[in-house]
Amino acid sequence: MKSKTRNEKPNFISIWAMRHAQTAVTALGRLLLNPLSNGMTLAVIAIAIALPTTLYVMIDNVRGLSDEWQGASSISLFLKTDIDETQARAIAQRVAALDRVANTQLITKAQALEEFKERSGFGAALDLLKDNPLPNVIVITPNEASSTPMAAKQLLSQLKTLREVDSAQLDLEWVQRLEAITDLFIRGVLVLAALLGAGVLLIVGNTIRLEVQHRHSEIEIMKLVGATDRFIRRPFLYEGLWYGLLGGIAALIMSIIALWLLSGPVEQISGLYNSNFALDWLSGEAFLLVFFGSPLLGLGGALLALTRHLRMIQPV
Amino acid sequence: MIRFDNVSKRYATGHEGLSNTSFAIEEGQMAFLTGHSGAGKSTLLRLIGCLERPTRGQVWVNDRNLNKLSNSQIPYHRRDVGMIFQDHRLLHDRTVFDNVALPLVVAGASPNEIKRRVNAALDKVGLLHKERSMPLTLSGGEQQRVGIARAVVSKPKVLLADEPTGNLDPELSKEIMELFMEFNRVGVTLLIATHDIALILSMSQRIIKLDKGRIVADGWARK
Repeated sequence: MKSKTRNEKPNFISIWAMRHAQTAVTALGRLLLNPLSNGMTLAVIAIAIALPTTLYVMIDNVRGLSDEWQGASSISLFLKTDIDETQARAIAQRVAALDRVANTQLITKAQALEEFKERSGFGAALDLLKDNPLPNVIVITPNEASSTPMAAKQLLSQLKTLREVDSAQLDLEWVQRLEAITDLFIRGVLVLAALLGAGVLLIVGNTIRLEVQHRHSEIEIMKLVGATDRFIRRPFLYEGLWYGLLGGIAALIMSIIALWLLSGPVEQISGLYNSNFALDWLSGEAFLLVFFGSPLLGLGGALLALTRHLRMIQPV
Repeated sequence: MIRFDNVSKRYATGHEGLSNTSFAIEEGQMAFLTGHSGAGKSTLLRLIGCLERPTRGQVWVNDRNLNKLSNSQIPYHRRDVGMIFQDHRLLHDRTVFDNVALPLVVAGASPNEIKRRVNAALDKVGLLHKERSMPLTLSGGEQQRVGIARAVVSKPKVLLADEPTGNLDPELSKEIMELFMEFNRVGVTLLIATHDIALILSMSQRIIKLDKGRIVADGWARK
């Protein structure tokens, strides 16, 4: 007697597991049976997931880029106009000796004017000037420890207090602006992802709703022979799961193709800027999020439809 | 086995399906339910299968008060009650075997048990050779026998049939009735709704006659 119960339990579990596997496979088969219309539904789901995924990867790349640039922050020190070149050189050396500074470079009035003439195209007009209006400038590169935005700002305020300094500017500001913009875009992508995720939920929900309507009489008969709600639900839930999973996989493939199409032009641009920047592919987390999140969305959509529409089928 | 205590069923439309009905069918008994269409035969059967709930009164099946059954317990009650319909209610996209297997699949039986029991049920109704056929390729009488096999496959104690011979000629009707008698002989309680008076008068069984939702006659037919 004892051995019998011991034999029966795993048997029961294996039957249960087998039924689930059977239901899952049947649901997949049903989905593949009608490749055209179900394929279109899948494509819609895939696009809805691929769009925010691809955008996220691109913006994440820009964010990575601005991180990279932040390390190369520099401070420009504009000296008062009455400071001559020798004094400027001495100040540059003094600043270079500060322990938070990696090195300094002096751009003298004359050099600056020369460069300005060359670049601005006002060459002839500038020749008319009696005096050189440009100040001497010291360009300071903070050492590594001080190149974070916070530390660089501290250094900036310290340098501003020097008597000979007219004004000082941190070249980090535009990087910070870029960062703020990318943060804004990331937020936008997250909102977009939430909206499109809700869209996927509704698409799957609607598809399952139609399926429930289509199999109305089958559900009725199953209820008549004593099927529990859970039993009736199961194939539809698996169907939702498959929609999500297949849609998610298709979305990942779409994103990878989109990024591959973009990677060529990006490398070309970064080559022009003498940068070795290359597009990062999907991060592990993003991949896992899409891979496991989309089936959950499908399941959620199916649940949404089932709780509403199974109840309408009588008998209870 | 089946007991109605002052049961009334009023539909949302105001139509009274059953009014203040009381009767009992003992275990192993067989009874016919007769009356004009709209007399309340289907309503009565639907209340036993818990497809509907009574407005008033109590329905007992198998010592179970159906009023106290929660919605989630109903499926388990239905597994103890086999139901047969005039329109067969078969799944047309599945084979005869799969149709008959449905109650067992739903109850979570093992594949071996399903095979054994479905074959036994199909053998009993004489359709073992048709197990791979699709229902629509069968005649009306054969489809009804598939419906009967499905109703008895899980060996329910109670069998309900709503106009099981409604669309069949007298010859086939008689065969179906004999099949029911056979189930009754092995102890199944049967309640069969029909308006085929000639057929039931020939069978000397209990007859409950309904009219406008009330029982107007209840007794044994004599040959």
